[in-house]
Amino acid sequence: MPHPLVPVPTPETQPFWDGCQEGILRINKCLTCGSAYFPPSPICPECSSTDVEYFDASGDATLYSYTIQQKPFFLWGSEGPRSVALVKLAEGPMLTSSIVNCEQTPEALQLDMPLRATFVPFDEITVLCFEPAEQQS
Amino acid sequence: MIPSGATAIVGAAESTEIGAVPNMSSVGLAIDAAANAMSDAGIAASDIDGFTCGYFPVADMSRQLGIFPKWADNTVVGGCSWFFQLRNAVAAIHAGYCHTVLIVYGESGKSTRGLGQSFDAGQRGGTGQQFDMLYSGGQAAATFTLPVLRYQREYGLSDEELAVGAVSQRQWATEVPRATLREPTSVEEVLNSPMIAWPIRRAMCCLVSDAGGAIIVTSADRAKDYPKPPVYILGSGGALEAGVMSPGGVREPLRPEFIRTSGEAAFASSGITHEDIDHLMIYDAFIHTPIFGLEGLGFVNYGEGGHFIAEGHTAPGGKLPMNTSGGGLSYAHTGAYGMLCMLESIRQVRGEAANQVADVEIALCHGWGGYWSACSTLVFGASAP
Ligand SMILES: [Zn+2]
Repeated sequence: MPHPLVPVPTPETQPFWDGCQEGILRINKCLTCGSAYFPPSPICPECSSTDVEYFDASGDATLYSYTIQQKPFFLWGSEGPRSVALVKLAEGPMLTSSIVNCEQTPEALQLDMPLRATFVPFDEITVLCFEPAEQQS
Repeated sequence: MIPSGATAIVGAAESTEIGAVPNMSSVGLAIDAAANAMSDAGIAASDIDGFTCGYFPVADMSRQLGIFPKWADNTVVGGCSWFFQLRNAVAAIHAGYCHTVLIVYGESGKSTRGLGQSFDAGQRGGTGQQFDMLYSGGQAAATFTLPVLRYQREYGLSDEELAVGAVSQRQWATEVPRATLREPTSVEEVLNSPMIAWPIRRAMCCLVSDAGGAIIVTSADRAKDYPKPPVYILGSGGALEAGVMSPGGVREPLRPEFIRTSGEAAFASSGITHEDIDHLMIYDAFIHTPIFGLEGLGFVNYGEGGHFIAEGHTAPGGKLPMNTSGGGLSYAHTGAYGMLCMLESIRQVRGEAANQVADVEIALCHGWGGYWSACSTLVFGASAP
């Protein structure tokens, strides 16, 4: 039995999680009003249309705000401080994530810094995180 | 619209003990508080025909208390569930579904005895579990506080200014015997407390406590026959926004629309203005939530709430006494603190608070639930219009 906080996909969210496995940020777009939205849902939160699809987002984002957790969730397997962030996707939606592949310090984590999606092992699955955009992966 | 003052609170009490109560379960704390509230109102279970509780199976609780309600509610939106239930009870009484409602709450937040919370943002396959909680392990101090840094940078609020909120509330708590933390504190002490989730330190986070609370509400006509002076419900509001993706689910994170929606409804239904308010409670799960409350409810403009608190306006002697029990930071915080927040407003309007503000005629009480999922605003008055 995995830890209770290891994400469990549903039929509606499976394409997002499949995207994480493939290294692609896949989110929803409404075919009626054009809105991109997150988290995944079979109905557009802007216009109530159910004519929606998944698409491959750019993975580009900026850092809206964050905290630096002194004792991270143990499933990340890291001892030191770890960021929890609000990340704004280039397509519009805001989501909770972590910034990885950089120092976990206020100096390294500047508000509005450009980010890009990266996919990180978490227990037995792969999850969405972000890294500084200038970083070589 | 329900007339302002159509209903009133005639019984209100906390559990006999709060803080660390390892000899009681969550249900035990709720029943203890319910018994105290019935005693406060001078009535028995047979006088009650409406019942609400959150986090517990509602029929199990009513049966244990010997209440056979004609109307029941079990709205669960997190820490302000009892605000929502009180609004619903007011409507039910006005509609004639029942005449007297008992609202109960208990939570063994510290000792974790008995039933836990049924409000669980981390349920398998839920939005929070899939897209939010894995990053923090569900630690509220790291997620609920996510807008704080942005707020500080956007509006130039220093760590020292932010810390004043904890100092002001401790000033109130020094005169409150039931408060967990009563020793005066300082900005230096707050900023030297252990870092939990930068920029948030331990002294900026709520306590973890055991407590119960209960309220009895009835029609204004009936309220005149009770031993305590009625505390009239003048108006109320409520709104939902973020979902468990909070606070990322708030459309404008520094100007959350749901706070404004709830506040405007409360002012409109009570027919009062900000100047009429003598006493204020804003649920403080963390140090920043009163800032967002002051702004969203319109007491100050956006960007001014942090400085308003830093200037001492909400501390003892200030023009807007706020969180006078010491709040979640100094008094007690169980996990879902809303009932304790409401009870301090009621005590202040009755004139029986431990750190009583002089001449409280009208009190406003604002609570949150499920991070930024929900909020509700209640206006209490010592007299009906
Ligand atoms: Zn749409």
